[in-house]
Amino acid sequence: MRSLYTTLKYLAIALWTAFVVGPFLWALSTSFKDFSSVTSGAKYIPWMQFEPTLEGWKVLWRTPARGGVDIVEPFMNSIMVTTLASLCSIILGTLAAYALSRYTFKFGFVKNNDITFFFISQRIMPPVVLSIPFFIMLSTFGLLDTIFGLIMVYIVLLMPIAVWIMVDFFNKVPREIDETALIDGCNPFEAFFQVVLPNSIPGLVVASMFCLIFGWTDFFFSFILTFTEVQLLPVRIVALNSSITPWWSLSAAALVSVAPLLIVAFVVERFLSKGNLSGALK
Amino acid sequence: MLIGNNISLDVGGETHLSDVSFEMAPGGLYTILGRTLAGKTTLLKSIAGLVTFDSGSLHNGGEDFLKTPVWKRNVAMVYQQFINYPHFTVFNNIAFPLRKKGLDKAEIQRRVSRAIDQVGLQGFEQRKIQELSGGQQQRVALARSLAKSSKILLLDEPLVNLDYKLREVLREELKALISSQFNAEGIVVYSTTDPLEAMQFGGNLIVMDEGRILQQGPAVEVFEHPANCRVAEITNDPSMNLWKAKLEGGAFKIAPGLELTASGAVDALTAQAADDYTVGFRANDIRIEDGGLEFEVELSEIAGSETIIHLRRNDARMIARVEGVVSLNLQEVVPVKINTDWLYVFDKNEQLVQSPFRSKN
Repeated sequence: MRSLYTTLKYLAIALWTAFVVGPFLWALSTSFKDFSSVTSGAKYIPWMQFEPTLEGWKVLWRTPARGGVDIVEPFMNSIMVTTLASLCSIILGTLAAYALSRYTFKFGFVKNNDITFFFISQRIMPPVVLSIPFFIMLSTFGLLDTIFGLIMVYIVLLMPIAVWIMVDFFNKVPREIDETALIDGCNPFEAFFQVVLPNSIPGLVVASMFCLIFGWTDFFFSFILTFTEVQLLPVRIVALNSSITPWWSLSAAALVSVAPLLIVAFVVERFLSKGNLSGALK
Repeated sequence: MLIGNNISLDVGGETHLSDVSFEMAPGGLYTILGRTLAGKTTLLKSIAGLVTFDSGSLHNGGEDFLKTPVWKRNVAMVYQQFINYPHFTVFNNIAFPLRKKGLDKAEIQRRVSRAIDQVGLQGFEQRKIQELSGGQQQRVALARSLAKSSKILLLDEPLVNLDYKLREVLREELKALISSQFNAEGIVVYSTTDPLEAMQFGGNLIVMDEGRILQQGPAVEVFEHPANCRVAEITNDPSMNLWKAKLEGGAFKIAPGLELTASGAVDALTAQAADDYTVGFRANDIRIEDGGLEFEVELSEIAGSETIIHLRRNDARMIARVEGVVSLNLQEVVPVKINTDWLYVFDKNEQLVQSPFRSKN
């Protein structure tokens, strides 16, 4: 009975792993194919079933003038927009979350929970609803198709995540720790930066992770709010899909776009599994 | 001199502090005794500046404390939870407030070492807080407070979360530490729910209940002359037994067949018109003895070398504390004698009119 259970468990894990890893392997294999290998039926194993070529990858670094698609520039744009927007969201969101966790606000009938809900409500609306006002706002300020404009929009989208995660986290940090810091001679800012924040690193790591993922993978807003000057990676990848779909370079570009998140995930995973971060407070 | 006047605080319609006034002199030990939710912690936090009260004033040596933010008040506080900085080592925990004060390295080193010696944590300087036991964590918190040498030390039930044995040990140490460090100019405020602890610390007692100060004065005096029934309950563990009684023919009649005669107490009272009283006697003034009144055992528990017995005779209930281990069955009927030499008498408004400690009256 027990061995049957174990067998089923491992079977389920194996199936799920195949389900998750399969597309990656397929994309990896496709990225080394040429036109004939892609169009002549299903082929999976290089050298045995098809002759691998690096053409799909080389195209990505070639300038358009030489027949390439150049994903380096949109890649850098994406890195810049995502990291800066995430950084600002984390800084602003953490400060807001601390205030919401520790102080009582009251504007008429609006109280702490309502303010927290207001932040989260930014993510409740479907992106389509937000896109038109964003478009009008950015065009009014002449920020359409600029890095700065994109960063501003992404801060609006990412900060609720940071606020949400950090409010929850700060609520679990005993208030008495702040109070002790105040008694020990810290002003409220010092208490926050020198005592509360160093004990909130796990929360910060998780919040940053979510901001980076949501920012990096967003297609919709960068598609709506940029045209030619500033393109982000997801938009450029989709743009590859012209009259003849270059499946090989599309796959290569997709893998390139996933790489940074994988690296972040590996780093964060090590960070979190150190253990002392998740039970630092009794 | 730390002086609080008419301090009141309501939070969401709930009274946390109600018209609290006190004077605390340098060199004094003040024990706040009260049950949970009596307002002890709120009062300590008000003194520290962590709680802003609705009305009233707070002055420390002529300085208006309400105008001084927490971080400039130079107070020290130990919480009942073991509150330390988890990201610091033991040494850095204790050094943190000293660094905030801007002391130089040598002075910090000297003070931290001294505090570590005082609380007996030698060899633990570089440990992380999470690697310490509860008792050790509370020692760190205590050391941090001692090293600061603040003029005001607030201890909010610091021993309540420790196990029994450790509590005994730390209580003794704490007593010695407090008297050695704060003998001349410091004010120590200690809050507890345990009457025994309050008596052991001695000093001045402030009895609180439902946000009010019911009585304050030297501990012994409060113990001997509880101002009213509530104080008598709070300052005794088990609570003082209190019975409604009528004074008739020189005896307190509690119920048919149940009356207490205390000649001295009654003599002094006959002059007064009121005939409704509450009589009170401590749990250890009850003996199980042949020829006494018959009471039924409701509950009997052995507490160390003593036995706590809950007794009942019709509607009259009382708790007795008897020396030695006494085995009693539930519902068993036992003869009981109450030592009426130690009878307290309260009037119909539950105010003390007669204490057995007459010499002080």
